Amino acid sequence: MRFVEEFRDGRKAQALGEAIRRKVMRPWTLMEVCGGQTHAIVRFGLDELLPKDLTLVHGPGCPVCVTPVAIIDQALAIAARPDVTFCSFGDMLRVPGSAEDLFLVKSRGGDVRVVYSPLDAVVLARQLPERQVVFFAVGFETTAPGNALAVAQAADEGLKNFSILVSHVRVPPAIEALMASPQCRVNAFLAAGHVCSVMGTEEYHPLAARFRVPIVVTAFEPLDLLQGILMAVTQLEEGRAEVENQYSRLVKAGGNRPAQALIQRVFQVVDRTWRGIGPIPDSGFGLRPELAAFDAALRFGVQDVGGAESPDCQSGLVLQGLLKPPQCPAFGTLCTPDHPLGATMVSSEGACAAYYRYRRFDPAH
Amino acid sequence: MCLGVPGQILDVVESPLRLGRVAFGSTIKEISLACVPDAGPGAWVVVHAGLALDQLDEAEAMHMLECLNALAEGVEQEEA
Repeated sequence: MRFVEEFRDGRKAQALGEAIRRKVMRPWTLMEVCGGQTHAIVRFGLDELLPKDLTLVHGPGCPVCVTPVAIIDQALAIAARPDVTFCSFGDMLRVPGSAEDLFLVKSRGGDVRVVYSPLDAVVLARQLPERQVVFFAVGFETTAPGNALAVAQAADEGLKNFSILVSHVRVPPAIEALMASPQCRVNAFLAAGHVCSVMGTEEYHPLAARFRVPIVVTAFEPLDLLQGILMAVTQLEEGRAEVENQYSRLVKAGGNRPAQALIQRVFQVVDRTWRGIGPIPDSGFGLRPELAAFDAALRFGVQDVGGAESPDCQSGLVLQGLLKPPQCPAFGTLCTPDHPLGATMVSSEGACAAYYRYRRFDPAH
Repeated sequence: MCLGVPGQILDVVESPLRLGRVAFGSTIKEISLACVPDAGPGAWVVVHAGLALDQLDEAEAMHMLECLNALAEGVEQEEA
């Protein structure tokens, strides 16, 4: 496929690996923010091209993984209602709440459906006027414009049977929280390319300056990731801490203005709790007060439903780059994709799932 | 979840959702092009969950690949 295959060229990847090995003079730790980047790194073995002094740690950029148990429990309570058609991206169905997951609700007869797009849920609401159609609006800034468009469309059509359960999170406050932690050992970030295609790069300049940390906006194919790593270590070796854009074929400094206008129309910045990490101020989006009629938590009165995480799950440390998945005692034993303790083991972007799928039998990891 | 897939626009129906058909290899899907108001048939976009995030800049992509090709030639010459 065009814009994919040419960015997986082995000869250029080897050259980039050699350039990185020549550039690195001191030990450095880089964090790739996005779970999609984590999967590409582990799947293609990109870390094996890197010098031993360069460590990659995996960041919190998996929205499925950081959705709090309380909101999963709210989703389960709504989805179990006989009048509700509950729509979600497929990743969310196996994420464990306090006691069960959406698959179990579905197996008991709940009308739980996997959709490709939030706009598909709006179509369902139009087709099923006798039912309440709820979309599970989970995601980072990348997913926010699509979810906003769905709400805007429902509002414009006057659909009374459509609502969303919102658990939207934002990347910059998470980077700030990670860097402010005394345990943080990250020297540079590969920022999430598709988040920045929506929001641009302007939010990252104050973070790079305040924490003296290079931030390189990076795409998802092997050559992209290796080039992003090279740009980050070049900055570190030269003593620079700037925002650079590796994904220049898509990301503009100002981002996508129509997408930002959609987000502005529907959402406002709110505090959010991140699963495994805790509360982070201003780290999410919530519906604007004038659109509260589309808030599924309010519509079904589940806003006070809460839940507790498994005490055996150490995904919080994994999401902060403080623990590699195989270092968790439950990895591959108590916790597997069929019986996950935490969301990092089931999401297609979860770090534990990536290691289980690609590195389970590798004694080096 | 932030997966984005490159695809080429086949056609567009002008409406608030600006729906259009986008080809991903041999797979064709209906996508909202509301956030890429200037992109028409033939343009390449990156699509996430049914919405085109933005238009791909083909010249930028070619420039990156040319730079990496030069890097690879340089490394190979040094190692020869």
